[in-house]
Amino acid sequence: MPYQQKLVTVAGYTVLLLTAAIFLFVAAQAWPFFREQVDLSFFTGDRWLPVSSPPTFQIKGFLVSSFMITTMAVVLGCPIGILSAVSLAELLPRHVSVLLRSVFEMTAGIPSVVWGFLGLTVIAPFVARVFNLNTGLTGFSAGLVLSVMVLPTLVSLADEALRAVPREYAEASYALGTTRWQTIWRVIVPAARGGLVAAVLLAMGRAIGETMTVLMVAGGRLTTPGSIFEPMRPITALIAAEVTNAARHSEQYHALFAAGLVLFTITLAVNAIAAAVIGGKKEAG
Amino acid sequence: MVENKHKVSLTDISIFYGKLHVVKHVSVELPEKEITAIIGPSGSGKSTLLRSLNRMNDHISGMRITGEALIDNQNILANGVDVVMLRRKVGMVFQRPNPFPKSIYENVAYGPKLQGLRSKADLDIIVENSLRQAALWDEVKDRLHVSGFDLSGGQQQRLCIARSLAVGPEVLLMDEPASALDPAATAKIEELMLMLKRTLTVIVVTHNMQQAARVSDRTAFLLGGELVEYDATRKIFTTPQDKRTDDYISGKMG
Repeated sequence: MPYQQKLVTVAGYTVLLLTAAIFLFVAAQAWPFFREQVDLSFFTGDRWLPVSSPPTFQIKGFLVSSFMITTMAVVLGCPIGILSAVSLAELLPRHVSVLLRSVFEMTAGIPSVVWGFLGLTVIAPFVARVFNLNTGLTGFSAGLVLSVMVLPTLVSLADEALRAVPREYAEASYALGTTRWQTIWRVIVPAARGGLVAAVLLAMGRAIGETMTVLMVAGGRLTTPGSIFEPMRPITALIAAEVTNAARHSEQYHALFAAGLVLFTITLAVNAIAAAVIGGKKEAG
Repeated sequence: MVENKHKVSLTDISIFYGKLHVVKHVSVELPEKEITAIIGPSGSGKSTLLRSLNRMNDHISGMRITGEALIDNQNILANGVDVVMLRRKVGMVFQRPNPFPKSIYENVAYGPKLQGLRSKADLDIIVENSLRQAALWDEVKDRLHVSGFDLSGGQQQRLCIARSLAVGPEVLLMDEPASALDPAATAKIEELMLMLKRTLTVIVVTHNMQQAARVSDRTAFLLGGELVEYDATRKIFTTPQDKRTDDYISGKMG
């Protein structure tokens, strides 16, 4: 093998190795906590009391919050994202699409703290007014901001998937006497299905992992929220908020790593499914 | 030869891509229920001319067409023409087989379904008839629900023909339909074309002069966008009137 090729191979394995190393590190830091844990109350309990004696660490509230906010971001973001991608790939004049694509790419570069600030000062007060709530710092506001934040990922991946559909399919469809609308929805979108599912999953992974925005906008109640219109704290926000206060190797410190391990496992699983969908699509094509 | 009535008449057709004059002042009348072959070297405007008959060139930006193209005495180039309806009447088969990534059944049922046909029984009948007409039924009747991609190249092309027939066209445009196929599959397509002309007007673009000689009733020879000669196929291949036609069919050109 020429040395350039070796170099690239080594670089590829390094990425794999680093990911594995991070996972192992997090797992090792979480281990002291799980060793003491005899039942599943870590996942099913609602009490996060890090400074009581004895302290209790249960993350159901954070898990539910992450789930609620992610679901809302995806449910709201997906139709908008897929429709935008369809218009970029199929409907708009080419020069408009090119312009809009670069605008979307720029949106992807907006730091999440800026989104958080926007949510804090604009969205949250608006949500409070519209739904007549005491505070707008709720899962709903966070989900709203996140649904916009996932759009760049979603739109660019979905757009790519749609544009990868061979032109021959569209030609064949038009030649059969079908409208543009029929051709898009009956041939192009189904042919891009695998890529679209992967786009949604990757956007979901992005939503689950987002930290700064939810920390700023979701409120911060530590118990399981009754509805999305209540303040809540997703796992990412929990870790970000507490890790600087937790003494190294204290129980709280290891419990936060345990929460991190759960989060890591979830995002890894979502991304693995997305990769499998993309891989499967390539084989079928 | 008994003259059938004219199905397609072109008068002074010119097609431009931007400033490029691709088809030049072509006038020709094509009889109903015959096979007309359009031959000529690469870049002579054959496909462009063919694709103007179902307005597939409309999708190309910068395309401009002048002249008059009548199908059943209706000018298909006029402004108010419903292109969707035109394409149901004028079907097309492409150079490379292009089935949809769907089952054999769904490929054939696609057109009728989008025209609003819902009844499963009616669809079943259309699918069977179309596949029979395309001489594919016996080979696929036991596996209608496998992917169209599981078929061989020749079978895929016949599937595409069946898919076109399901919409009930009166004219079938074939753009080098056998150029991606082996000789055995090509022979099947040619056999099929001869069957199709009993009910349809077929216009086929081909590079393959033996193919034109074997299947077509009439042949049009295009060169550099101009119609050099158009006549009964037997005449074109035995006693061409123009020296350029003679050179082309005897292999001295293109």
